[in-house]
Formats: sequence, C-alpha cells, structure tokens
Amino acid sequence: MYEKDGEKYFVVDGHVHYWDASPENQANKYGEGFINCFYDYHANLSPEEYVWDKAKFQKYTEEDLMHDLFEIGYVDVAIFQPTYLTDFYTNGFNTTEQDAVLKEKHPDKFIVNGSFDPRGEAQGLEEFEALVGKYNLKGVKLYTAEWKGDSKGWKLTDEWGVKYLEKCQELGVKNIHVHKGPTIWPLNKDAFDLADVDDAATSFPDLNFIVEHVGLPRLEDFCWIGVQEPNVYGGLAVAMPFIHTRPRYFAKVIGELLYWLGEDRIMFASDYAIWQPKWLVEKFVDLEMPEDMVSELGELTPSIKKKILGLNLAKMYDLEVPDDLRVEDEDTGPDLTEKPAVPAGTSA
Amino acid sequence: MIDRAAVMAALSTVRDPELDEAITGLGFVGAVEVDGSRVGVRLRLPTYFCAPNFAYMMVADARNAVRAVPGVSEALVSLDDHFASDEINSGVGDGQSFQDTFTDLADDELGEIRSLFNRKAFLVRQEKLCRLLLARGLQAEDLATVKLGDLPPSPETDVYLERRAELGLDPAPEAPFLVGAGGDAVGAAKVSDHLRFASTIRVSVEGNAGMCRGLLATRYGLPDPEEATL
Repeated sequence: MYEKDGEKYFVVDGHVHYWDASPENQANKYGEGFINCFYDYHANLSPEEYVWDKAKFQKYTEEDLMHDLFEIGYVDVAIFQPTYLTDFYTNGFNTTEQDAVLKEKHPDKFIVNGSFDPRGEAQGLEEFEALVGKYNLKGVKLYTAEWKGDSKGWKLTDEWGVKYLEKCQELGVKNIHVHKGPTIWPLNKDAFDLADVDDAATSFPDLNFIVEHVGLPRLEDFCWIGVQEPNVYGGLAVAMPFIHTRPRYFAKVIGELLYWLGEDRIMFASDYAIWQPKWLVEKFVDLEMPEDMVSELGELTPSIKKKILGLNLAKMYDLEVPDDLRVEDEDTGPDLTEKPAVPAGTSA
Repeated sequence: MIDRAAVMAALSTVRDPELDEAITGLGFVGAVEVDGSRVGVRLRLPTYFCAPNFAYMMVADARNAVRAVPGVSEALVSLDDHFASDEINSGVGDGQSFQDTFTDLADDELGEIRSLFNRKAFLVRQEKLCRLLLARGLQAEDLATVKLGDLPPSPETDVYLERRAELGLDPAPEAPFLVGAGGDAVGAAKVSDHLRFASTIRVSVEGNAGMCRGLLATRYGLPDPEEATL
C-alpha cells in the first residue's frame, strides 16, 4: 500500500520475476545475450541509485526480492509471470516451480502464473493440465517468441495454440498474459504483430487477454485491438520506466491508452528485477498530465491511478481489497465508445 | 581512394524501416574502413535480439548503397553482436535472398513487411506535416481541401513527398494532400479521426526510437541521447 497526500493506493504488481541467469545456468550464447539485453534495459531506464551490478542482476536472492517488492516497494500482491527459456538456460530462466517455492512461504503475497507451449502438442497439454492442478493456476504467461529446437516462435491461432486455450477455458485459467518478442516464425513477418491476440480474444470471449508492455513497439496495433475487443487489457511493464527518463512521453502513452481502452483495462507492472516498484509507484502517483496535453488527453485523477496501480488487477484476480482502498466508480467497465477506424491499408 | 564522406552519405540514405530514420543518425554505423576501392562497414544494433528481418534489410540496403558509390569495387557490410550475425552476414555477403538465408524460418521475402512499415511511416510524416500546418493557422477541417501544390516549402514537406512517392501515390500538384496510406482522400468529416489514429502510430514509433537510442547508448557506452520532443 502506498499513501500520499491523503490518498491510499492498493498496489498489485502484475509482472515480477525470480530468475536465475547466472553463468552456471546459461546453456549457450543466447542465454548470455538474453540477460545482457535485459541488463541494458535495466541500466538504461532506471534511476542511477537503483542500478545493480551485472552479477547481482544475473541472480538475486529471495531476500532482495522480498525487500524490494514488499518492504520498500509498496506492493500488496505480486504476480509471478514465468519465462521458461529452457533452450537458453539449463534449469530454465524463471519457471513456475521456482516461483511456487516463494508462494508457499508467503501465500498472501504472491499469485503464481503458469505457462504453456503448444509445440508440446498432446503430451504438453497433459503436462499443462497437471501444472494447473498442482498450483491452482488462474493465469498463464505466454512468450510466443520463445525458441524450441529449430522453431523460433508460435502463434495463439496455431492449431495447438487453440487447443491449449480451450483447455484454459475448461480449467478456469482465465487470464492469458501475452508477451510478444522479436523472433517468431515466419521471420519475414512482423514478430510483434498482434493479429493472433485479436483473433484469440474474439474466439475466447470468456478469457482475459493481457498484452504485456501494451503492445510496444506496436502501441497503435494494440490500441486498435483494445477498441474492438472488450476482453483485451494492457500491462504496463516496459512502458512504466519511461516515467523517469521521458516523463512527457510516458504521459502521452498513458493518455493514448486512456483514450482508446479506458481506465479499467490498464495495469501496473514493474517487470522486477528489470525495474523496481518503489520508484515506479512513487513517480506514477506524482505524475500529472502536462498542461499542454490535458485538453486532448484529460487529467490523471487519483481514482484513475488507483485503478491502474492495483484495483484493475485485483478485480481480474479476485483479490480482496480493504474498503478504504477502493474507489467509487469501480465498475465503469471497458470503454468501448466509438473510435476512429484504422486507415485502410495500415493494419497488418 | 574512396572518400569516406561519400560512403557516409550513401549510408545516410539507408533507413531503419521500423523507426523511419537514417541508420547514420541512429548510431547504427559502428565503423567505416576504406582501403583503396574496397569499403568495409560494420553495423551495430541496440540489442542482441533485435528483429532479424529488419536487421537483414538494413545490412542488405547498406551494402547496396555502398556498392552504388562511384569507384567502389567491393563493399563488405557486416552486423556485429547479434544472435543472427553469422547468417545475416554470410547471406547478404553472398547476395542470397532473405528466404534462402533463413531456410525453414521464412516463407517469403521481406517486401510485405517493408511495405507495411512504409505505410506507417507515411502516415506519421503526414501527421507531422498536419501539425505544422495547424500551427500556422490552418483549421483541422481545411486540411481536407489542401492540395500537394499548396504545401509550404519545408523539410517536413520534403520528407512527406518522398515517403508518398515511395508508396506510388499521386504526385500531381492538384492531388489531395490528406490521404490514407492507400491513396484515398480523407473527407472533412474524417480529418480528426484520421489524425487521432496517425498520432498513436507516431507515439509508438517515437517511443520505439527513443528506446532504441537509449539501449544502443547503454550497450556501447555512448553519450546519453537527448529526450526527443513531442
């Protein structure tokens, strides 16, 4: 919980990791390249006093995580999003099993999400069902650009992708977090293309599709899908840290999201340990829409901030929120008012 | 001896297709070496995992641009520090197609994705020019009546016309200025909707460009790029 100027904010961090990218666990040069890439994101966009050395960044401790999220980071509940990457890391980068150890110790602090890879086909589907049963999963994180042998990615609309989503529906795994990455088959197409999310959201109206980092670098495609599909949401991981380095730009992104999706479908995420919730939460609560943007993009009220920082995710994951941390207009619902059509020939 | 400046000028015509900016301005040209009539160029990108299709396009475009410099007998363009460096460097160096370079990982060439991003780039350039026109006193609904011949001389106009020509849209002075990426004129009633969507693309592209500059600076220890103005 964070409190400032008489306002109290219930904080749900929608995207945290507990990874092991130490040299001992790196299976090949891709594992090294992957964590180096994360490190550059971390070092480039964090305030100086929050930048770790590379060794700590490769593998931090349970104490680091508990301290950064809950002792100083204002987080009430954090959602573990696994990223397996077993082709890059011998024991995986950050698996459901690793996360579940912490959940066991601190059951009220964490939500553990699972994952699936439809390229595992029938056998993988059985394993996924067992995983859901074992950890009582309510959500999955899908990394469609993950490598597997010769394959460089998959799509939600692949034959087996659909079967796995049907299984999610059957088992009550209703929150589907989707992360688009830079490699996906076929490589001649745009790897960040969100068309499969659009199709899946239409086919599975009872599932929630949370597009991580609000579709960046394809914010416009994401916004357009969000307008049409009420069950598509935006996770702010990777977009959040711009609040420090480029606050005007960040305000603009939030303004765009509020315009296209409305205040009930945008969710806070730190992507810890890439960034820390402490400074993100503090800066977000302090953020005001720059004066010259207000007329077009509107004000950022405490009520909007409360929804984005925690209440929207609390609702999605059925979390109990203390009465004094709620807002009055909780159920304004998805904003599906008439929006401009995509100019012909632009959409993929 | 080939003039280095001529090589850089040639490279400045190569753009990152996603960001619609010259690779020279983005800092992607890490080194240029001239040895008589032979030229070596090393490119670098913001991350190890930058999309291989765009990376391939930039390496191939750079090679073509340098080879076209008068007097150049050989152009060796290579990409450093990328997960697909080996494939891209040997593929482009041997003049292979993208599909042949990434056998089993691609099912076609890059024309479609290039054209998609050319359309986005056009809409963004058009929106920037609209903002310039609005700042000079034009009303939003008037934008629908502006003809190409009415456009003020400015760098924004030049780039807009260049991007427009790349899409093969009508270049006649009496042709309407405000058109969709398919060339259809935008009616007065649709102007604000059209600009609203185009501005979202711009926010996306500018954010992406800012991220790329920052990551490149961190990765290679370059001076911090300035915050882009919006």
